[in-house]
Amino acid sequence: MKRLRRRQELWLGLLGVLLAFGACEAVGRAGVVRRSYLPPASEVLARAVELGGDRAFLDGVGATLKAWALGLGLSVAIAVPLGLLLGSVPLVDSAVRVIVEFLRPLPSVALIPLVSLLLGTGTETKVALITYACVWPVLFNTVYGLGETDPLAKDTLRAFGFGRLSVLLRVELPGTAPFIAAGIRISAAVALILAVATEILSGFGEGLGIFIAQAGLATDGTRDVLAGVVWAGVLGLVINGVLVWGERRLFPWTPERRAGGRGGRP
Amino acid sequence: MKGAAAPVRNAARGPAAAGRAGGHVLLRLVVLVVAVALWQVAARAHASVYFPPPGQIAGRAHELWFSGPVGRLFLTDAAVADILPSLGRMAAGFGIAAVTGIALGLAVGRSRWAYALCNPVLQFARAVPPPALVPVFVVVFALGTPMQVASIAFSAVWPVLINTAEGARGTDPLRLDVAAVLRLNPVERLWFLLLPSALPRIFAGLRLSLSLSLILMVFSELLPGTADGIGFTLTDAQSRSDLLTVWAALLLLGVLGYVLNTALLAVERRLVGRGRTTA
Repeated sequence: MKRLRRRQELWLGLLGVLLAFGACEAVGRAGVVRRSYLPPASEVLARAVELGGDRAFLDGVGATLKAWALGLGLSVAIAVPLGLLLGSVPLVDSAVRVIVEFLRPLPSVALIPLVSLLLGTGTETKVALITYACVWPVLFNTVYGLGETDPLAKDTLRAFGFGRLSVLLRVELPGTAPFIAAGIRISAAVALILAVATEILSGFGEGLGIFIAQAGLATDGTRDVLAGVVWAGVLGLVINGVLVWGERRLFPWTPERRAGGRGGRP
Repeated sequence: MKGAAAPVRNAARGPAAAGRAGGHVLLRLVVLVVAVALWQVAARAHASVYFPPPGQIAGRAHELWFSGPVGRLFLTDAAVADILPSLGRMAAGFGIAAVTGIALGLAVGRSRWAYALCNPVLQFARAVPPPALVPVFVVVFALGTPMQVASIAFSAVWPVLINTAEGARGTDPLRLDVAAVLRLNPVERLWFLLLPSALPRIFAGLRLSLSLSLILMVFSELLPGTADGIGFTLTDAQSRSDLLTVWAALLLLGVLGYVLNTALLAVERRLVGRGRTTA
């Protein structure tokens, strides 16, 4: 098998997108399912573009992104220090790990009813749920990354009389940073899932998920639902793209593979 | 992005590490008991409706689901009515996602052309937060089991597909040459070469898919209009402000998630072998 050139790959990818678009268009027009159920792709895309000029819709997207950013930021602020502590003090690690192992498998979406009872259906609920779900990938990546730091570098610093904290800040934290970044990238996707899921279930207020939920209830609302899905997908792609680009810029020394997504569970 | 799941556990666990872990088992147990006891004491002292003591939660879970007759493995009617449908939907959705994901992933990953053709579409499909699509399935299938299975399968298929494709793509070219020299037919090549070399990545994808399946199972049952399932128990208890049952359902889901994940890891260890589980 010959390697494809970059340009060829680009053209093939474009062709694939066009084919997928054409297939959706054909299914929509052929009338396999009722047209109001599954409108053709061109109508959905036109609606999605139209929504780009809709003030109220954009405000909703803004509200979703605000909760996303707050939750993700909060989870990083909790998970990175905790991960550093767990990763560098084995006793704390084995003590806390058992609690962590019991909390993590709980599907975060299941917490929506409880947290809505506690906090109502506002931004706080969204932020709390996003934070809970996003802590795990960052936490596990931080601990994992600490385990992968170069022991020689640590020993060298120790031999020169640096204290424990200096070693942590000068060697271990920079060495772990690519892993933390990969964890944040996984969490960013998880946060979007939680934001949209919480909004769809709460059903009122403002946000991308609420737009989707309300369109889903309206008759012939599928076009709007799918337009909202297109927006959600584009948001996910853009966020992921920006984070990957940032990782490459910040950590050029790490081969892709090493940083490539460690331990993500939504 | 090469995004995939990867080992959650530490990569290198030599004999020394294993011995240390053995010594820590006691500590872990003590910590767990102390944590639960502290929670119990704190919850009793505060007597908050929102945070019932763990003893009561476990009691409620037992009373709701596991106090049935011996002949039915202690399962009550409520357990049969709520837990089994949820598990069935999840098994169906995850099964469909795993089979289609692996089959399509191998097909896409085998050829560079097919991979380049499909990659952008796949990346977009994966980037869509799955709950956003559930309303579409509600419209197409109406509420009920087909909608729920479709939501689970459609959300869980992408991580398996993408990881399988990348795993098959990463097959050692030297081995492919060997296969050509040995004149393996396509089926043999698939079975002896592509599948084994993609297996670690396939399992990385399956782990992600499993947790997505669990999330989508709960999410699709939380939607208004569902009639049964663990998620329904949750919303039903929420609407009656029955906090104890909400907590009991959370406990059940946590245990379920833990058991399912552990089972998948056990299968992975058997098939892939220790130390080969890399991203």
